[in-house]
Formats: sequence, C-alpha cells, structure tokens
Amino acid sequence: MSQPPLLFRIAQPLLRPLTWGDGVVFIGLGLLLYLCIRVGLGAPAVIQGPEINLSPSALPYYIIISMRRMATAYVLSLLFSLVYGTLAANHRPAEKILLPLLDVLQSVPILSFLPVVLLSLAAVLPLTLALELSSIILIFTSQVWNLTFAWYQSLTTIPRDLQRTSIILGFNPWLRFKTLELPFAAITLIWNSMASWAGGWFFLMASEIFVAGERNFRLPGLGAYLAEAASRGNLPALAWGLGALIITIVVLDQFIWRPLLAWSDRFKLQSVESENPTTSWFYDALRSSRLFTWFSRHLIFYPWQRLDERLTRLLSTLGPVRSRKSRLQWLWYALAGAAALVLLYEAYGAGQMLLGLSLAQWRSIVTGLLATFIRVFVALLIALAWTIPVGVAIGTNPRLANWLQPLVQVTASVPATALFPALVLIVVGLPGGLNLAAILLMLLGTQWYLLFNIIAGASAIPQDLKFTTSLLQLGRWERWRTLILPAIFPFVITGSITATGGAWNASIVAEYTQFGGKIIHTTGVGAIIAQATAAGDYPLLLAATLALILTVSTTNRLLWRRLYRLAEERYRMG
Amino acid sequence: MSDHGYLLELRNVSQVYGSGDQRFTAIKDFHLNMSEGEFVALLGPTGCGKSTLLRLISGLQAPTSGQIIYRGRPLAGVNPNATIVFQTFALFPWLTVQENVEVALKARGVPAKLRATRGLDLLDRVGLDGFENAYPRELSGGMLQKVGFARAMAVEPELLCLDEPFSALDVLSAEALRGDLLELWTSGKIPTRAILMVTHNIEEAVFMADRIVVMEKDPGRVMMDLKVNLSHPRLRKNPQFLELVDKVYAILAGHTQPEHVELGTAPGEPGRTRALPHINIDDLSGLLEHLDNMPNNRADIYALAQELQVNSDELLRLIEAAELLGFATVAYGDITLNPLGETFSEASIRARKEIFATRIRRLPLFKWLLAMLRATDKKQLEWDVIQKALELEFHEEEAERQLDTAIDWGRYSELLAYDDTSQVLFLEPGGAMGFGKAPAVPSNPQ
Repeated sequence: MSQPPLLFRIAQPLLRPLTWGDGVVFIGLGLLLYLCIRVGLGAPAVIQGPEINLSPSALPYYIIISMRRMATAYVLSLLFSLVYGTLAANHRPAEKILLPLLDVLQSVPILSFLPVVLLSLAAVLPLTLALELSSIILIFTSQVWNLTFAWYQSLTTIPRDLQRTSIILGFNPWLRFKTLELPFAAITLIWNSMASWAGGWFFLMASEIFVAGERNFRLPGLGAYLAEAASRGNLPALAWGLGALIITIVVLDQFIWRPLLAWSDRFKLQSVESENPTTSWFYDALRSSRLFTWFSRHLIFYPWQRLDERLTRLLSTLGPVRSRKSRLQWLWYALAGAAALVLLYEAYGAGQMLLGLSLAQWRSIVTGLLATFIRVFVALLIALAWTIPVGVAIGTNPRLANWLQPLVQVTASVPATALFPALVLIVVGLPGGLNLAAILLMLLGTQWYLLFNIIAGASAIPQDLKFTTSLLQLGRWERWRTLILPAIFPFVITGSITATGGAWNASIVAEYTQFGGKIIHTTGVGAIIAQATAAGDYPLLLAATLALILTVSTTNRLLWRRLYRLAEERYRMG
Repeated sequence: MSDHGYLLELRNVSQVYGSGDQRFTAIKDFHLNMSEGEFVALLGPTGCGKSTLLRLISGLQAPTSGQIIYRGRPLAGVNPNATIVFQTFALFPWLTVQENVEVALKARGVPAKLRATRGLDLLDRVGLDGFENAYPRELSGGMLQKVGFARAMAVEPELLCLDEPFSALDVLSAEALRGDLLELWTSGKIPTRAILMVTHNIEEAVFMADRIVVMEKDPGRVMMDLKVNLSHPRLRKNPQFLELVDKVYAILAGHTQPEHVELGTAPGEPGRTRALPHINIDDLSGLLEHLDNMPNNRADIYALAQELQVNSDELLRLIEAAELLGFATVAYGDITLNPLGETFSEASIRARKEIFATRIRRLPLFKWLLAMLRATDKKQLEWDVIQKALELEFHEEEAERQLDTAIDWGRYSELLAYDDTSQVLFLEPGGAMGFGKAPAVPSNPQ
C-alpha cells in the first residue's frame, strides 16, 4: 500500500478551506444563542402558577420546561440502567431477583402508577414539587426498563472471546467498561434511548394533561398548553402547539438521534462494512467542519483522554477484574431478605385496605376492566385492518416506501396523548362521545407500532420467494396465505404486543377527562382509577390499579407470549 | 525454580462440569510438561477438552482438581506470563488496528508515548505498517490474525497459547501466516519461551510443532505424546513428513474393534455408551462411493483428507461412522470398504435406506430408543424426556447432539419421525416392529 510521507499528511488539514459544515455549525450556534436570549428575556413573567398562557410566544418556554422533565428523567434512567444492568449481569444472586422483577415491571401499564405516585407525593411535598417529581418519575418508569434490559442483554451477550481477551490482557474495571462493555452496547443503547425518548413523550403529555376532579394537578408544559387550547376551543393555539411539538421532535431527531446513530455505526460488531449505514446530514456537516473539529478536539477529546489516562492509572492499582464469583454474596441475600420483609409488611397493609372494599366496588372494577378490555381489542382490530394492507403495500414497494416513510415517521412521532385534547374537541358532540374518543386515542397510540413492524416484515420477504409465487401463478388470496401472512406474522405479533401495552396505558387518560370546565367520563377501569384519585379514595385506587396490572400481565403471559413463541419458532425467516 | 526446570506442568488435572447425575468429566487426570523452547501441538477430536485446557493453562478458569504449575509455582488467577490468540481473532471492532495492539499495553500501565512507538513497532514486525489506522472490518482474515499476533506479542508473553488460530482463515492466508509465525519463533526475535497450539488439523500440527500431544475424548486425556524430529522448514511432500501424518491419523482413527466393543452398551446400562458420530449421511455416502472406486476398496486415511477436501476432524468422524455401521474396517491408518459397504454404495436410494435401517437397529443406543418408544401407549415421546435420559450418559450439549443425530439417522432410514413444533419423536408406522427384545427401559414418565 502506498502511503504519503508523514510530513505531508500533517500539513494537509491546515490547508483545507472552510466547508459547508462550518457554515452549518456557525449558523446553528447563532440560532442557539438567539433562542436562549429570547427565552430568557421573554418568558417567566407570563407563566405563573397553573394558569396556562395560550399566546404562541409562551410556547418556547413551555417546550423548555417539558424538555427539562424529559431530559432529567432520561439521565436518571440511563444511570439507573447502567447500575441495575451491571449488577444483574455480574452477580448471580442479584440476577435471580433483579431479572424477574425487570420482567414484571416491563409489562405493567405505567400510566396506572401516575395517580398513586401523585397522591402519595402530594401528601408529603408542596404541590408544585410533587407534580414535577411525579411527572419525572412517570417518564423515568416509562424510559428505564427497555434501557436496563438492553444494557443487561449487551453485557451478557458480549462474545466470549472478547471477554476472555479483556481478562487475559488484565483490563481494570474502567478499561473494561470503556473498551469493551460500552462500545459493545452503544448501538442498542442508542436505539433504545430513541425508543425510550419517544415513549417518554407519551407519558410527559399524559402527566401534563392528567386531571383529577376538582383538585388542580395541572403541570405547566406543552401538554397542558394543548389541553387548555382544546378545552377553550382555541384552534389557532392548538395548531401552534401541535406545530411546536412536531418541530421539537423533528429537531431532536435530526440534531441528536440521527447524528448519534450515524456516529455509532463504528460500533457494529460484524467484520464487514455495513451495506446501508444510517446517514445524517448534520453528522456529516459536523465531521467536515473545521470549527467543530477544533472544538471537539480541545473541549471533548483531550480532556476525555486525560480523564481516561487518570482513571486507568487510578484503577490499575485495584488490579484486574476478578471472575464473576462475588464475595459479597451474603450481602445480597441480606438485602433481598430486608426488602422481602418490607414488602411483606406493605402487602399486609395493602391486603387490609383491599378487604375494606365493598362487593359493588369490586363489581364495578370488573365491569370497568371488561369495558376497557373490549376497547383495547376493538382499537387493535381497527389498527390491524388498515395497517396490514397498507404496511404490506409500502413494504413490498420500495418506491412507495421511499416516499411515504418520512411522512409516516413524522406523523407517528407525535405522541397520541398530545392529540387527545384535540380529539375530544372533535368527537365530544358526536354520538358515542368519549367512548369513541377513547378508542380513537388508543388507535392513535397503537397503529404506528403495527405499521412500522408490518413494513419491516414485508420488506424482509426475500425476492426469490416473491418470484416463486409469481412463477407458480398463485392467486392473490393464495399468495397472501402462503407467503405474505406467514412472513409478516412475527412482526404483527411483536407490533401487537407493544400496541396493546400502549392502549392499556392510554385508557387512564382516555376514559376520564375535563372539557370546557366539565368532567366527562365513560365506563372503564381507567375512569375508575382517575375518579378514585380525584376523590382520594385510596382503597379503590389501589384495587383498580392492581386489577389492571394483573389483567395486563396475565394477557401478556397467556396470549401474547405464546403467540410470540409460535411466531419465533415457525414463521421467522432465515 | 522448579526442580525439573519445566516451564509448565499439569499434574492430575481434571475438569468436571455439572453435578449430580449430570456430572460430566471434560478432562480427566491430565498430565503435561512443557519445557522452554518447545512448540507443542494439542490434537484431538471435537469435544476432547482441548480448548478447556488452554483456558486452564492461561488461568481463565480453575480446574476442578489437580495442579497447574508455572515456573515451579502453582497458578492462581490469570497467568500474567501467558496469552491466547483466538480462532475468532477477538479484536475490538471499534478500535483501530493500532489501538487494538496498544490496549494490551494500556492495561499494563504503559504511558501513552511509549505505547504508540511500541504499537507501531509490533505492527511493523508482523508486516502491517501502513494499516495502523484501519479498522478491523477493513482487513482480511489473515491480516486480522496478524493483528491478533501483534497484540499477543505486545505483552511479551513467555507462553503463547494458540486456539486454532488458522482454522478461520482461507487456505492461502493460513499457510502464509503459519510461515510467518514459524519464522518469528525459530529466529528468536520474540521473547516467547514456548508455544502451545490447539488444533484439529493433523498436517498443521506436524508442520509446525516439535511435539504432538494426541488427546482422546470422553473423558479428555492424553492418548499419545510424540516428538517431531524434523528440521524447519518442513516440506509436506517429504516422505518422513507424510509418514508422521499417516501415523497420527492411524492413532486417531484407531483400529476397528470386535463388534461388541465397537457398539458399546445402551444408555443406563453398565459400560460405555457409544456416542453416534455427528455426521451428514450424504457425506458418508460420498466417502463410501469414493472408497468403492479405489483399487481394492482401500485407502490411506491421510491421503483421503486431501482427495476429498475435508478437514481431518470431519474425516475422522465419517470414518468412525462407517466403522460403527459396519461398512468399513480401519487398521494401521488404512480404511477398507467391506462387502456390505460396497453393496450400500452401489445400491439405489430405496435399498440404501433399508440397509441403513437394518444397520442402525443393531446400535444399542437405537435399540434403547426404539424400545422406549414402543413401550409407550402412543408410540411417541417428547424430546425433553429422551434428552434427560441421555444426559445420564452424556453432558447436556452432547446429549442434544446425540438426539439430533439419532433423529437425522432415524428419519433417513424411515424408522423414526419427528415433529419439530410439538417436539415429539415417534415411531414410523411399520418402521421398527418386532425387531430385538426390549432392553432395560427407564421408568416411564406418566
């Protein structure tokens, strides 16, 4: 291989002219500064207390406080995941407790926690702080599980030879984390962060629009803005709010997630160049920008290198990583024992509370569950009815896909809960009223998961099989039956699992809402939970929440898990 | 210093996995001494515990019993004087070639400046200068393994362990890299005092090593320890070279035993259960047809490996199957097709299946399986039930492989059928009626 002499290689970058990337960075910096000043000067005076200011100029401030909640929750969930996942992966006794716990927590409808958390925090803290905290806790719980699971799974699937190499070479914990564990997990952590963040929007909006009777639980933020706009029938404000939300989501996608994904391509494990890596114009701009290169070298790379060297030296005194066997086993058992005792005590209290419930109340919970259950499945059926044909059409037709994909992505990125106030505004006068709105909200929350999964499934059908069905001159129905339906089946199931989870969650905000100063509600377990919160009826709240959690985890186990296994074993291509 | 002056000693080393009824001995009472200046190749069939031994020697894993002594001291924890080069290269894909080498130095606390110069020097020595900024995905297999070697050299190991380092490479790169390694080793340019290489390639062992330790499996132990007194560079056409290859093949292929010894006993009965060699039946047919075309239906086993373009491990398994089914006999490194094998290779597809069926009905493992199936009401059993029963004889992975092979052979001969969805194994109607008396059947689960 011919290599230019060293001298010229060093000289080269200095001669490089400014690129278009520099322009992008420059303009970006300017915009950012301007925005900061705008927000800093304009906002605080207009936003005081729970009153929502509907003028569009207040929007940047609302966006910022909403984003602050999201970011705080995200950072917390990332830290939590790293600790929890590492413990579960490296300590056998911990694994036995932590993993099943993770599994249960993952399948629980998170939104049902909101009322409980809110009420209990409001009891001990000032209201605004309690609201803020409960919103962050809610977003945290929605973001954390898949991140934790991703990190745990990465840690346990690191190729054995790489693990052995890091032991043989005598890596200390820091070097191991930096050179092996973090890079190996990087891609799935980023993907899961994106998913977490998208899910987080749903719950952020939900916690901001959540109402419980006369008590004012409203949190200022983008969600509250949208709810207020709809409630007052202020259509321009509604449009402004939705526009701002979409722009925020697109901006985050373009300036944070896509560049991160493009950057993370280097962490792919496969030893061949990937065929179509994620591209990001912003990432390319940054990389070609001299300004950014200079900044990143001096502000990120060098300090990072110094920190790295220091940590490596500091930790090498501790010696290399020992084997997985933990000397602290007894500590784990002691901790688990203590936790079990506390739980038992709490369970006793909860049991006492549940016993106090009347038969009529139990009956109403069962009816409510049934009603919500029917709604969830109607929503799923409607979603399936349109997503299967459309998804297959998009997935099997690359030209259509190119054209529609970005559109669908933007539409799908809008959290369903943000649209709910607008939905109520539309359907409140129609027959069926809130019932219809609830189903629509569930549909909005569920259909995109399905559509994306089906598109992925349909586009994964091998060309050879498609040719074969053509050569065999199979009719339309035969083609669907022998090729398309079996091929997309695993994807439909995966999509449906996520979708129904989302639908159950949506029931909490969908079945009970405030509109134009009036409370409207329909039969359903979500309505019961919200009502119980409003009335401060703890036993009913607890019973309904538990019943909901139980129902969801049972259907998950009895129905979805089995279908999923069937799909994995019989219909997975390749 | 050790009283014998050995660099490495393994005394009575055993490695047992699992517990209770499912105990499985991977390595039993293993003895090995290595002196400075030796290049030892460990050779043996798949599953004889070769790679486990490497992990024990490097200290990645502690043996169940016995002692590993390095320079006169018992080994505790990872051996800082040893390193392993892996078959899979085990490079960090997100680090450049140079960073991959430097990370070994970094772990030892070498300062950044020194790391860079040492890293470049090492890459230079394996002939990779100019590639230091490349990422592993940009390199070919042979170059990747060169990085693997450079990284191993970075820590200046006294004992270099090689875990099938050439078997993931294409033929030409493997050959080139073998030459490079031998040159580094024989010229004394590297501080390495001894090399231990695990391989299943017989020619490779004879080509490179000064000493070949042949292992057998179930349980893994030393079968033969022989010196290679050929000077480097060795020529593969050299009669002495070929003689040695032939000899190792003869050791590994063994001699066909009298039938009752060859067949072994059924699972659950006293005595050793003969494991079914995991082979593809079409490959076996291919081997038999090839032998049928040879003069006197006879062939030299080492020559077959080249003629059929299969690796020695696979060939030995095919030969084992041919012996076990009574299609061929093996003696003194030669394999001879017998009349039954001749009939099989000349028969039609239908007739082949019938011959195969009658042959496998003689195998105790099959007799046992068929009897178990016949003893049930619906003539069917679940995979898990059989697997559990087999785990009394084999370790979990091997039990699974045995059942896999049994199902494959049973399906071919139309004795058995298997439904993958329900994971149920059942008798093919009319498949195994009235043959043999039922041997001891393990207690039937409801």
